[in-house]
Amino acid sequence: MSSLTISAGVDAAIRAHGRETYPHECCGALVGRNGIVTDVLALPNTTEEGPRRRFLVRPSDYREAERRASELGAELAGFYHSHPDHPARPSQYDLDHAWPTFAYIIVSVAAGTDEDMTVWFLKDDRSSFEEGSLHHGENSHPDTAQAVHG
Amino acid sequence: MAKILIPTPLRPYTDKQDAVDAAGATVGELLADLTRKHSGLKAHLYNDQGKLRSFVNVYVNDEDIRYLQKEQTPVNASDTISIIPSVAGGVEVGVAEPAASLPELTNEEIKRYSRHLIMPEVGIDAQRKLKAAKVLCIGAGGLGSPAAMYLTAAGVGTLGIVDFDTVDFSNLQRQILHGTPDVGRSKLASAKDRLNALNPNVKVETYETALTSQNALELFKPYDVILDGTDNFPTRYLVNDACVLLGKPNAYGSIFRFEGQASVFGTKNGPCYRCLYPEPPPPGLVPSCAEGGVLGVLPGIVGVIQATEAIKLIIGVGEPLIGRFLIFDALRMKFRELKLRKDPDCPVCGTHPTVTKLIDYEQFCGVVPAAAEPAAVNNATEITSVELKQRLDRGDKLKIVDVREPNEYQINRIAGSVLIPLGDVPKRYNELDPDEEIVVQCKMGGRSAKAADFLRSVGYKRVLNLKGGILDWIDKVDPTQPKY
Repeated sequence: MSSLTISAGVDAAIRAHGRETYPHECCGALVGRNGIVTDVLALPNTTEEGPRRRFLVRPSDYREAERRASELGAELAGFYHSHPDHPARPSQYDLDHAWPTFAYIIVSVAAGTDEDMTVWFLKDDRSSFEEGSLHHGENSHPDTAQAVHG
Repeated sequence: MAKILIPTPLRPYTDKQDAVDAAGATVGELLADLTRKHSGLKAHLYNDQGKLRSFVNVYVNDEDIRYLQKEQTPVNASDTISIIPSVAGGVEVGVAEPAASLPELTNEEIKRYSRHLIMPEVGIDAQRKLKAAKVLCIGAGGLGSPAAMYLTAAGVGTLGIVDFDTVDFSNLQRQILHGTPDVGRSKLASAKDRLNALNPNVKVETYETALTSQNALELFKPYDVILDGTDNFPTRYLVNDACVLLGKPNAYGSIFRFEGQASVFGTKNGPCYRCLYPEPPPPGLVPSCAEGGVLGVLPGIVGVIQATEAIKLIIGVGEPLIGRFLIFDALRMKFRELKLRKDPDCPVCGTHPTVTKLIDYEQFCGVVPAAAEPAAVNNATEITSVELKQRLDRGDKLKIVDVREPNEYQINRIAGSVLIPLGDVPKRYNELDPDEEIVVQCKMGGRSAKAADFLRSVGYKRVLNLKGGILDWIDKVDPTQPKY
């Protein structure tokens, strides 16, 4: 089972972002190295299909996230998004749009309150997601939430 | 030759290189060469039909090829090609079920559901979706009974039921979850026993409470589909609005006498109950099943239609009853279908909703709690069963008018009463002496209140409504008569 370690600041930043955009989905990039996420970048949800049920990171923001990751001397480790009033499990839609090797963190936000947080990895044959184990590590960067588009 | 920049998630397939050279005169040729050299990329860049996946963006320098000549876009050796992911996701539309993380079936379950599993439209995956799914039945009555039983038999993973009633003899003619020994028990306890016996694999969650604006969102939240089996307008609007606010499909059904209705409301692009009926009918205009009766088998048909729709939504087969309103007439044995459109001006699911949280549905439907009525008026226009008995025993001259239907009058009656069904009152009221004191009476007091109002409006001064109707009369005065 793949695992991912996140700092307390990363955990708090993802949850806060999910609460803030509720009832819409939030999304952002995970930045780190070797299975440890040290920073998150909040990204705008640019979906045109209704942000209550969908999120989309547009290519320009994706490029920006990769650029910021390398600036921080790290790599793009994956993305997070919220499921407003839905369980923290990947949907078929998530599966259809998933990229290999990326960690996908999902936080469930029920009636405005953040609940379960899970992490998922796409299987190499794209057939399904595999749930990873999410660990909490030391908080190396207390100020982790940075909006790319303020 | 041109350089292709590889995004982070694809680098494991290019030996960790972030840039790879490929040969070709167009983007399409370059990508073909790339996937020849690094075959692991193919599944992630192309779909089963060999087309570039919609969330794969290819840029020539800084231009998206969608705005150039797509895969025919010519490239020079000096161009830089970038593969840039669009990262997208979201919750399941319709039903929140992750195909990617479904529970496995046990051997016992495979045997039990074998008639599902051998149908290609269902199969193992759909049965696993059912096992992962959660359906909430509002009510364990006429509609809830058959729906809950078939959903349980079909192998829905979790079945929730909201009800706070106890089983009454008059329920047994149609509410097949409950049996004669259950009379007097809570409907939920009775339902749980029945469903556990039917299929112990199904987790039955019971909520012994009235559904209210305060608890509805919390109760609905863990569920994938809500099945509305309610018998009154305030709860129906409450279920609808809560479903729309949470984005959960509502497998709707209702029944009256010989007619049933069914639809699926509350889906993303489909209409809701308010698109069909923006306003509730005036209170009392549409009688309840307790007043108007219902053919016992009718909820069997409609409840099973609701269960069918819930199952279809969960496993994602067929054409759901979204945007269609099905009307069933048991006497003519005919189904009719009306087209329903999503109303852009709908107050809850329209483009500019005015209802953004749950409201007071009793008030919205004009159902004023009894306590809010001025007591003085009640005293002057109502009479209790005990008072009526005392006055009759005293020899007071009172005309008792029963405004129920003849078939109800056949079941039980107050001795000496005359029968004038409510609908006939306007053309027959002159049979009554305006100088005489009149007591109007029905089953529970609702219809007779209307008759009393009418009689007063045409000049009858001394009209009293029997509070609680003949049911109260039987309870307090004459327990030898049957109740219905």
